[in-house]
Amino acid sequence: MKPTRLIIVAVGGQGNLLASKVLGEAALLSNVPVRMSEVHGMAQRGGVVESAIVFGDARSTIISDGEADLLVGFEPAETLRALNKCNKKTVVVTNLTPLPPFTVTIGSGVYPELENLQRLIREKTARLITLDAGDLAKTAGSFMAVNMVLLGSLIQTGVLPISAKNIEEAIRTTTKKAFVDINLKAFELGFAEAQKATL
Amino acid sequence: MHKLLNDDPGRKTLLLGNDAIARGAIEAGVAVTSTYPGTPSSEISLSFFQASQESDLYFEYSVNEKVALEVSAAAANSGLRSMSVMKHVGLNVASDVLMTLAYLGVKSGLVILTADDPLMFSSQNEQDNRYYGKLSGLPVLEPSSVEEAKEMVKSAFEISETLQEPVLFRTTTRINHSTAVVEYGELQERKTKGYFVKDPENMVAVPAVARNLHVKLLENIKKAAALSNESPFNFISGAGRLGIICNGVSYGYASDALDELGVSDQIKVLRIGFSNPMPDRLIKDFLKTCDKVLIIEEGEPVMEEAVKAFAQEEKLTLPINGKGEGLFSRLFEYDPTLVKTCIAKYFDFPYTATTHLDLSNIPEIPVRPPTLCAGCSHRSVYYEVKQAAAGMDVIYPSDIGCYTLGYLPPLSMTDFVICMGASTGTSCGFSVATDQKVVSFIGDSTFFHSGISGLINAVFNKHNFTLVILDNRITAMTGHQPNPGVDMTEMNFDGYDQIQIEDLVKSLGVQHIAVTNPYNIKKSIATIKDALEFKGVSVIIARKKCTLYAQSLKQLPDRAFYVSDKCQNHRNCIDEIACPAFYLDGEKVQINSDLCVGCATCSQICPEKAILPLKKQKS
Repeated sequence: MKPTRLIIVAVGGQGNLLASKVLGEAALLSNVPVRMSEVHGMAQRGGVVESAIVFGDARSTIISDGEADLLVGFEPAETLRALNKCNKKTVVVTNLTPLPPFTVTIGSGVYPELENLQRLIREKTARLITLDAGDLAKTAGSFMAVNMVLLGSLIQTGVLPISAKNIEEAIRTTTKKAFVDINLKAFELGFAEAQKATL
Repeated sequence: MHKLLNDDPGRKTLLLGNDAIARGAIEAGVAVTSTYPGTPSSEISLSFFQASQESDLYFEYSVNEKVALEVSAAAANSGLRSMSVMKHVGLNVASDVLMTLAYLGVKSGLVILTADDPLMFSSQNEQDNRYYGKLSGLPVLEPSSVEEAKEMVKSAFEISETLQEPVLFRTTTRINHSTAVVEYGELQERKTKGYFVKDPENMVAVPAVARNLHVKLLENIKKAAALSNESPFNFISGAGRLGIICNGVSYGYASDALDELGVSDQIKVLRIGFSNPMPDRLIKDFLKTCDKVLIIEEGEPVMEEAVKAFAQEEKLTLPINGKGEGLFSRLFEYDPTLVKTCIAKYFDFPYTATTHLDLSNIPEIPVRPPTLCAGCSHRSVYYEVKQAAAGMDVIYPSDIGCYTLGYLPPLSMTDFVICMGASTGTSCGFSVATDQKVVSFIGDSTFFHSGISGLINAVFNKHNFTLVILDNRITAMTGHQPNPGVDMTEMNFDGYDQIQIEDLVKSLGVQHIAVTNPYNIKKSIATIKDALEFKGVSVIIARKKCTLYAQSLKQLPDRAFYVSDKCQNHRNCIDEIACPAFYLDGEKVQINSDLCVGCATCSQICPEKAILPLKKQKS
């Protein structure tokens, strides 16, 4: 199976490692070979957390610049920062809720303007799906479910060789029991939102 | 039951590399495990710790890597399979044990895991610990994937017992922190009670004995070379007159590259997994069937130098290159595209890399460096020391831990960092060499690890500095591991004692000792001022539990603060302590009540006293 490469970028605490885990379990359920790597030493100290997931026949667990088929950003500025991983065929999904880094608060940086950010990503890549994952997560029942919302949109793109059904099963087995219903709802809302963008 | 204790052979599961390594050791019946935590190895120890709660596996968080290895060395020489786990620089600390333990050898399997960190994701250097194999004369094993790591750990115990020597198991971050599907194997029975048979001719390294032991070690290295030549971990795949010799993660990148370039029938690969001693015969035979060879290894040219020496011995003149001009670097980590590009270039195959996006019109994106958490007491201490030392010319040596982040502005309270424990020793040197004031910082765990010896030195040699021990009651940086100062009963663990830092410091003869509550700003500044005025060695123990740890124990006060209308926008809060709970709403400073932990540091430094506790309880 030809490899499909996914990069997920997030800010520590946004739950991208759990999203990766769900994807990994779903790949296992789907009999799709999967390898992942993550940089998470500083996850709790407010830094960037990046996961690379390679589906299909490959031995590498990391993804070189320009080689991502799919980029999912949990935070808009981080999505923009990760554009070096993309090429003109890459499909990008991004949350639009900014979490400005502290360097902005202390005046040593300026947060990118969101309209411009979307325009830039759109003109450089194959497709951009944007959503307010925070709002959808709250609708699903918890602001913590941002990761599941984005997972929904990501699966809707159809770029990954994984079905929504297997993701849902992985959510049931991998995420905390008390949150399964919220997570499934969040996944569904994210999926529907990406579908809307296609229409 | 802990997932790694499952007696469920054949089960396929997704495992983090570190968990796969721990599972491999458990399948091998490891009985005694020890560590000092260090990224990227920490999750191995965490799994051992958890598994030890539910089984007769022994695990300990040792005070440092040297002691960890001593614990395992004794257990292995009492007949128990043992394992010590550490990050690459941890092996520097344990290296004194390592070098002579190689002379003594072991009776039962001992595996020493060293986790190297190319690119330094969370380390102070990217040293290549394969050299420790050469230096000590011990076998080195290096896996190329998560699933191989599990199997290789099991073999490492067997090789250790065959040779009666410890085995170095060397990983890199991309093995430790990658995840893949692993198949569980049989669980070998664990032998947990040993017996030490006296054997002074082999076990007491005095000069007369050691001379014989060095002879024995050299013989063992020969035996190890024979094993390396026959090892299934050194294998050849593919065909053709062109050759690649690689190790570790580079094997994955090279394999993918050959597939994608479609040249698997022209280039064959010799993967080295048993890398010290190098399999000389195997490599010489390989070279004889090649017209040109490329060596792919992250880090130092360890294999490259060995392979070139083998070629010389065989009078072979084929081109052999690796770290040469225009090829691979000794710096940082490799990636699939880099490896593919170098293979295509060296062997002259056509390859056009994916066109990179033109990112020249992307606006500058503000950096997002890791920061001290909201309400972290280290931030308060740095503020207090800065105030207490105002007007003084101060050198701030510091140490390894979360608090090293204090080097970032606006705190900028870190001037000199080398390695674990170096804050105290370097303070001795700065106080001798200069007339500047010296104030150094060290965490509780790092103090126990190796900072204490520098402090003893300071008292004995009558040096002059103030040591601030940032006692946040846990080893925070690596994920909240215990250390000798931790109250283990709070985590519901019994069977542990607790060492009080102030008793320890007092017993060393330090004449000026004070304990502060970092959240009490005014009082702390006054206490620190007294310490700075003291001539000689003074110690401040700034004690406050790590907020993340307190949160996990449900001990955080349920109280956030907010910025009231009294705010005159002086911004001392942002400019001087820069807690990440602050954000700007237009020009107005606000506090994110979800992040604020109620430490009240900002409210004490606000000139208008405008920062007040929220009346309402946090939701």
